[in-house]
Amino acid sequence: MKEVANQGIRTQEIEVNFGPHHPSTHGVFRMVLTLDGENVHKVNPHIGYLHRGIEKLAEKRTYAQCVPFTDRLDYICSMTNNLAYVQTVEQLLDLEVPTRAEYIRVIVSELQRIINHCIFWATFGNDLGSQTALMYGFRDREMILDVFEELTGSRMTYSYMRVGGIAKDISDEQLKEIERIVDYIMDEALPEYHNLITGNEIFQARTKDIGILKPETAIDYGVTGPNLRASGVEYDVRKDQPYGIYDQFDFDVPTRDKGDTYSRYIVRLEEIEQSCSIIKQALNNIPEGKVQVKRVPKRPPDGSVYSSIESPKGELGFYLVSDGSKRPYRFRVRPPTFIHLMALEEMMIGEKVADAIVILGSIDIVLGEVDR
Amino acid sequence: MGALQNLFVNLALLFRESMASIGFSQLGIEATMDLVAGIGVLGVISLSALALIYVERKVAGFIQVRLGPNRVGPKGMCQTVADALKLVGKEDIIPDRVDKLPFMIAPILFFVPAVLAYAIIPFGENMIPIDMNIGIFYFIAVCSLSTIPLIMAGWSSNNKYSLLGAMRSLAQSLSYEIPLVFSILGVVMITGSLQMSDIVAAQSDMWFIVTQPIAFLIYLIAGAAETNRPPFDLPEGESELVAGYMTEYSGMRWALFFLAEYAHLFIVSAIATTLFLGGWHGPILPSYIWFLIKTGFMIFVLMWVRWTFPRIRIDQLLNLGWKFLLPISLLNILITGVVLYFI
Repeated sequence: MKEVANQGIRTQEIEVNFGPHHPSTHGVFRMVLTLDGENVHKVNPHIGYLHRGIEKLAEKRTYAQCVPFTDRLDYICSMTNNLAYVQTVEQLLDLEVPTRAEYIRVIVSELQRIINHCIFWATFGNDLGSQTALMYGFRDREMILDVFEELTGSRMTYSYMRVGGIAKDISDEQLKEIERIVDYIMDEALPEYHNLITGNEIFQARTKDIGILKPETAIDYGVTGPNLRASGVEYDVRKDQPYGIYDQFDFDVPTRDKGDTYSRYIVRLEEIEQSCSIIKQALNNIPEGKVQVKRVPKRPPDGSVYSSIESPKGELGFYLVSDGSKRPYRFRVRPPTFIHLMALEEMMIGEKVADAIVILGSIDIVLGEVDR
Repeated sequence: MGALQNLFVNLALLFRESMASIGFSQLGIEATMDLVAGIGVLGVISLSALALIYVERKVAGFIQVRLGPNRVGPKGMCQTVADALKLVGKEDIIPDRVDKLPFMIAPILFFVPAVLAYAIIPFGENMIPIDMNIGIFYFIAVCSLSTIPLIMAGWSSNNKYSLLGAMRSLAQSLSYEIPLVFSILGVVMITGSLQMSDIVAAQSDMWFIVTQPIAFLIYLIAGAAETNRPPFDLPEGESELVAGYMTEYSGMRWALFFLAEYAHLFIVSAIATTLFLGGWHGPILPSYIWFLIKTGFMIFVLMWVRWTFPRIRIDQLLNLGWKFLLPISLLNILITGVVLYFI
């Protein structure tokens, strides 16, 4: 505890522990804040409470058996995790995926993005005190989860992607259901979100000009995804290094240039709109055909490959090193949220305690990915 | 209808006559009637707390597109009773290094001002427990008593979260006392008396919400802030400080804090009804039914606001109180004074 001179009044700093058990730390995350009254002087994040040794475990599994591990990384975005991994292996094997499978991958990834941003909106509202936002966001996510359950058999860890395609084909009724859901989200859910929270004066006072992340700082730390785009840097892996068939779709990349929590919030809501538009384009153009390559080689050639996608949280990349056997020699994940946590101290110093929670909520972390 | 209108008044008169016929002295009758009033107040508090907790959960449920309690008893109405029984049966945990005396007394002391304030509420025509000539002033005085037990709870808990919560609640209560008082002052100026029955009588033609709309809004905001209700519930900010000053309390002690909060909610709504919504005035129905309807409406408005808005931060809260509400309430007094001078 330091004694801090404050215009002649001697005050003491206290260390407050936002412990692993906390309603608002989005998982088992521990943050030790050094406070002077209500102002934050130092932030010390402690992670590792959810470490399961996924990267080590993957070295003892075949490439196909690693897919369920990737589900459990960022457990609310299983589809995109699967996609990133499977794409990397396909690049290693130099495999081409059937077009229908590519389209279904796009539809499912964008639905996953919508789910993630709905959860973000719900938990962000809850952090700010509006439990109603929590209920509304989760209600809308339920509809998409029903589709996923019918498609893959589970609500959270889907293991839907396979090396060379996807696990199961999607039926026409399910495609119609997805179209109905997308219409609902665009016409009813999003306006409700904006009505309830975005335009609210209390919300705006609590999120505008809070937790500012400058673009140069963001690039220095390696921040990607909506957090980076909210600071003004227009970098989206889908546009700048297109993977799959994303270069055939027409969509905008929402950007703001303030870098505060309000920008991060708005960028994500606008991304929901863009995802809906992408899904509609995919639904219109999806061809018939197979959804999985007939024969997938079990042993990839020697070599290493790094491939990344734009996951809802940021740039999720996989670096796989193969030594010619049927198990990966090195399975390395580039976890976007782990990197974002580095920038946490930059954003929090000087803000108040109540803002600390808001800032943590706005960078949207999931401990499964941070700790692996 | 006439019998129903004066139901409780007639019951009280009957009771007095029976006591007089037994042979009580005048002093004895008065003392017994005060005792009966006290017991009645405690009864009202318990019943209203029971009902309000259930209503709050149902209202919250419907606003959040879900059902709320619906299993225990018909439509879930026995849920509060079940919860109360559970809380009474819990182990009384007193953490090791707390300051024992303040820790144990704080919940009780927090409950006391709420009960005291019920003494001057006009539940109906001629139905005030004690019709003091400084009625509303007594309410203001008692209201400010409730901040000290919060500090006791936060400090004695030996917990940084609790201390933060207690400090916040102290700052909040102090800041919103003054706009609260000034908004009431407008009403008192028009009535010319501090007595609650006079204030209600002065509204027989026109409710004060019409002549003092600004004061009503200020009272509503300041009242919500005084009772630590969202959007002003920073002292018990659930997502930030776990439960603020209540963190270390469990079982019946916590239940007392909770009950006191709902008692405060009822008081704030009842005073709003009395001062601005015409008290117990109303056609056809008996006076106490009108009082209950209007108070219920105010409670519903406060609950509606609670479940819609996010939480305000402490410095924004203090800004709102000192830089916005205070000048406007002073302006309101100025305008009221000027208008009264010329009428």
